[in-house]
Amino acid sequence: MSMVEMAEEESTRRGGVKVFAIHLKLGQLSGVVKDALLFSYEVACQGTALEGSQLIIEEVPVAVYCPNCRAESLLASLQRFCCGTCGALTSEVVRGKELEVVALEIQ
Amino acid sequence: MMSTQPRLVEVRQNVLKQNDLLARELRRRFREAGVSVISLVSSPGSGKTAFLEKALTLLAPEARVAALVGDLATENDAARLARSGAPVRQITTGTICHLDAQMVEHALAGWSLEELDVLFIENVGNLVCPSSYDLGEDLRLVLLSVTEGEDKPLKYPTIFNTADVAVITKIDLAGAVEFDHATAHRNIQSVRPGMRVFEVSAKTGAGMDELLPLLSARPAESEKVLAG
Repeated sequence: MSMVEMAEEESTRRGGVKVFAIHLKLGQLSGVVKDALLFSYEVACQGTALEGSQLIIEEVPVAVYCPNCRAESLLASLQRFCCGTCGALTSEVVRGKELEVVALEIQ
Repeated sequence: MMSTQPRLVEVRQNVLKQNDLLARELRRRFREAGVSVISLVSSPGSGKTAFLEKALTLLAPEARVAALVGDLATENDAARLARSGAPVRQITTGTICHLDAQMVEHALAGWSLEELDVLFIENVGNLVCPSSYDLGEDLRLVLLSVTEGEDKPLKYPTIFNTADVAVITKIDLAGAVEFDHATAHRNIQSVRPGMRVFEVSAKTGAGMDELLPLLSARPAESEKVLAG
């Protein structure tokens, strides 16, 4: 899994330090489910330098931009892409597609 | 003395960076060769292959078309599509539930992109995982058959949100399953406001004429077709 490889590389680059945790931003629109990711993370870590490390996920809600209000708002429901203020439909997603490693906890 | 307490270091790396970079490179190659690339996503059994078979047959007299088809197993789809006369290659993914940019790149080996006008990429039947993977395509079509129910877009908003155009398939069966057109359209607009929607039957050919200009358009033109 690319996330584990990435953390291993970073660990090697820093002289083989131990990685305790990976911090990940996960958007609601990333197409990845948190529980599935947590489960596969454990499996992917087995037999690597990251075995026993933790995956800490920060979920990012979907934010859309409304051209009418010229403002961002959080989406109340993934079933309805509309502005939180005026209710107009909008498909301009500004946040919520993230699948991004933001930090590592190392020794 | 060095602290043994864990410390936090910032990294900021997109997990799918490798795929995104490869997809960007593919897109550059496609543009340079002047081939427009259209991917198809849907649940299993929505009629991607039947739709593709019809599209290849209708486009073949006018344009140089080819297709890559993804499946977990079997070469059945490639064999079926080859009847259209277009070059077709099967990508069997084994246990992987989606295509990624690297699989597409490998499958293109030996093909001269300059000799093509339109390349179709049929993804593995799945409405979840394919949404995360950019394949370098210009246009992503999401297919929804009338037999699946009008609320499919609400159940899988992510894939509808990452697609450019929705195609409702098997409309020849709409009456038999009492398909509610208005609700289906409303649900699509709710998860992807402004999305263009086409209704087709690959079996009877109904609605294909309206869709063909979009499929055979060059990438820059297809934006105009979509806007108009």
